[in-house]
Amino acid sequence: MKADATLDCTGLYCPMPIIQTTDKLRELEIGQVLAVVADDKGIKTDMPAWCGSTGNEFLGMEEEDGEYKVYVRKLVEA
Amino acid sequence: MEKEKEKATIVVFSGELDKALAAFNIATTAAAMGMDVTMFFTFWGLNVIKKNEGPLRSKGWMRKMLNWMNRGGSKRLKLSKFNMLGMGTWMMKKLMREERMPSIEELIAQAKRLGVKLVACTTSMGTMGLGEDAFIPEVDSFAGAATFLGEARKGTVNLFI
Repeated sequence: MKADATLDCTGLYCPMPIIQTTDKLRELEIGQVLAVVADDKGIKTDMPAWCGSTGNEFLGMEEEDGEYKVYVRKLVEA
Repeated sequence: MEKEKEKATIVVFSGELDKALAAFNIATTAAAMGMDVTMFFTFWGLNVIKKNEGPLRSKGWMRKMLNWMNRGGSKRLKLSKFNMLGMGTWMMKKLMREERMPSIEELIAQAKRLGVKLVACTTSMGTMGLGEDAFIPEVDSFAGAATFLGEARKGTVNLFI
């Protein structure tokens, strides 16, 4: 999947990936895609939950060697 | 037009490090999820938002003694379990730093940046003889139970920690 920006959250635990995603998405335009890389397993359910709450779109997740790459499309201005 | 934000309220009654961390963890996440978050600090919870520096001024020997024994301030918070004269707390802080977890001070800063409102309970302040100058400048307001309930009745998430 192609992303307009990438956020590296490896080594960070809940809630930091979510909070940094919130911050990072502010810099993006509506419709752009952010890739978030994390190694805290919580992101697997946290990111879809965050998207559901905020109205942004959860596009999917790739998992490799205990690292998760989740894709979020910005749909709303925070 | 922006839709009305959902509300979350958290009563921080406890003055222990672990409980304060849990409270701020949820508060910052709720704010990041687009909620309007208010934290009410009451009783021992006031310790979380007391200034770290300087003496606490209060009148009367009982209050002076209380505030001496219960100095508070984010840097003095202890674990609710395994404090072991400070050693357990020191170790937990060290482990958390190693895992790059945010400290309570960092979480307070994050919370403020995300728009979380911090409210100190005036009744507890009165009982303990604490003035507004006893608290960190991040505190937004000083209020009572009616203010909390006014927010909580509109809240979809209301916690007591």
